[in-house]
Amino acid sequence: MDEPVPVRRTLGGWALIAVPYVWLLIFFLAPFLIVFKISLSQIAVAIPPYIPTFDLASGWQAFFEKLGELSFENYLWLTQDDLYWKSYISSVIIAGISTLLTLVIGYPIAYGMARSPQSLRPTLLMLVILPFWTSFLIRVYAWIGILKNEGLLNQLLLTLGIIDEPLVILNTNMAVYIGIVYSYLPFLVLPLYASLERLDGSLLEAAEDLGCPPWLAFWKITLPLSLPGVIAGCFLVFIPAVGEFVIPDLLGGSDTLMIGKTLWTEFFNNRDWPVSSAVAVILLMILVIPIILFQNQQQKIAEKEA
Amino acid sequence: MAKKSIGPVRREFTPWETPDHPPFIEFRNVTKMFGDFTAVDNLSLKIYEREFFALLGGSGCGKTTLMRMLAGFEAPTAGQIFLDGQDLAGIPAFRRPSNMMFQSYALFPHMSVEKNIAFGLKQDKLDAAEIRDRVAEMLRLTKLEQFAKRKPHQLSGGQRQRVALARSLAKRPKVLLLDEPLGALDRKLREETQFELMNIQEELKTTFLIVTHDQEEAMTVADRIAVMDKGKLVQVATPAEIYEAPNSRFVADFIGDVNLIEAKVSRKSGEGTLLESVCEGFAIETNQETDAGIGDRVWYAIRPEKVRIAHGRRDQDAANQIDGLVWDIAYLGDVSIIHSKVGESEKDTILRATFANVSRMVDNPITWDDEVVLSFDRDAGVILRG
Repeated sequence: MDEPVPVRRTLGGWALIAVPYVWLLIFFLAPFLIVFKISLSQIAVAIPPYIPTFDLASGWQAFFEKLGELSFENYLWLTQDDLYWKSYISSVIIAGISTLLTLVIGYPIAYGMARSPQSLRPTLLMLVILPFWTSFLIRVYAWIGILKNEGLLNQLLLTLGIIDEPLVILNTNMAVYIGIVYSYLPFLVLPLYASLERLDGSLLEAAEDLGCPPWLAFWKITLPLSLPGVIAGCFLVFIPAVGEFVIPDLLGGSDTLMIGKTLWTEFFNNRDWPVSSAVAVILLMILVIPIILFQNQQQKIAEKEA
Repeated sequence: MAKKSIGPVRREFTPWETPDHPPFIEFRNVTKMFGDFTAVDNLSLKIYEREFFALLGGSGCGKTTLMRMLAGFEAPTAGQIFLDGQDLAGIPAFRRPSNMMFQSYALFPHMSVEKNIAFGLKQDKLDAAEIRDRVAEMLRLTKLEQFAKRKPHQLSGGQRQRVALARSLAKRPKVLLLDEPLGALDRKLREETQFELMNIQEELKTTFLIVTHDQEEAMTVADRIAVMDKGKLVQVATPAEIYEAPNSRFVADFIGDVNLIEAKVSRKSGEGTLLESVCEGFAIETNQETDAGIGDRVWYAIRPEKVRIAHGRRDQDAANQIDGLVWDIAYLGDVSIIHSKVGESEKDTILRATFANVSRMVDNPITWDDEVVLSFDRDAGVILRG
């Protein structure tokens, strides 16, 4: 009968498949192993500022001796100083709240786009992506100008007579939320828009035909069916927001605790490469779990559509 | 001799023949405009309780718009729609006592078969036991019992179609609207499902309104058919009347195969009408009456299966006998459709005749370039004015 012909891959075919693996090997796995190795080292006044450093010139014997000098001491240290776990928890909370706020603002935007006339949609899509044409850093700096005490927002509110004294927003967690929501909104809107646009309009008509008023049909049909888009969008906001450094550094206050900032201080101010490497490894672990969840979700969708 | 009638009489159910029988659904001078485009043009139609009614027409004829106005998805630009005596104006779709089976089925992909069927019942806030019973009844009716827990994407096309039907029937609507319900099924399954639909309709005694572009489907299932064109009704009648007594060239041509012979009225009497074909060379004697005057141009519509074809003048009794030359033969197995050239002028006419292949072996079969005689009775065709 019709046995599927086994695909015979040529050398070029294998090379093509190898591209993503080679990429990940060079730019993810290798650097990760280096960072992991540093995280097991000790701080030293040297260049580079840690020991041991491996050098095959002194022979295999020395190599194995030095291997014995590696330890998990730095990880133990992370559990002893409460700064680190507080930073992790604070980062997750700030990223979580920001993601929720982004969802609350992004859902109506994506819904409105998906419901707009077909001819208007490409333009709206362009407008969502438009901010990417300006540097991320410049856009975050611009928020300083808006949010500071004598900034545009306070001037406007004072002129309108809504407030008597300027609001203190800059250098608080509020400013960090605003910054994250603003910067990551497109990452949530785009996948959500894609899933809402795919939604078959006749499903809503069918719900209405069966006695379901339109506002209820949203909860029973639209929302559950857009859930894959919601999850994809939320991960795309949450994951980078946890490790965010620029936004809390520029907009946040001295008491804004985020792991990205802690890591930066450890690395550049304390020059403690081993501890900052350990912080980075743990951060990756915190992020790997959501990524795995995300991939499982994606796989389920793919299976459903098959 | 038994009284002659048109086609099979389906059953003793002909409320449309009683003028004062109250209609169940009534469209009264309904117009629907989309911008400059008139989808439905000042249309009036009465549909009766327990009727299986078909709206038939090509795409863009307004049939779907008419149904969507009844369901409440479109509002008429002018005119009124009544259902069971109630004016539907201003009543939103979710409060109307009609349910619709969508062309795409529109099954909720995140709900199981049961949940899909129960969806409408839950909106009515029925108690759980009642919902369970009703869902079980619908599953039985549509033979879906073993698929109750499946999700729509785990079902075949035919099963999905039955879920859609069960879901739209679960609320016991006053009228079930079917929008091209069988369009996505293959031919065999479609024919089976047509009979299933008729059985379900007879069991539930619900009024069914079906929209279709498939004339065979309409003729199979419906008590009456409304043929639509450009937003207007062209003819509303039983399938047999539509086929045997079309009221216009459009209907004659749209339903089935037909020979349309252009002719002039040459004599009128109490016995019938004599026509002279425009392409000259033959006259057509009919028992039909027409309000066209002598010399007026008309069309004579005759179905190919009403035309007999033979090598000689075997059929001495036939009122009309025309000489022809076999031009083309389409052999379809059960029948052959034979195209013959008739008439003498340069504007010769092709007349199609259906030849039933009743024997496997034939002496002297009709073949290309044979001289043949085409014959038909006085009552075989109809005279059409437009």
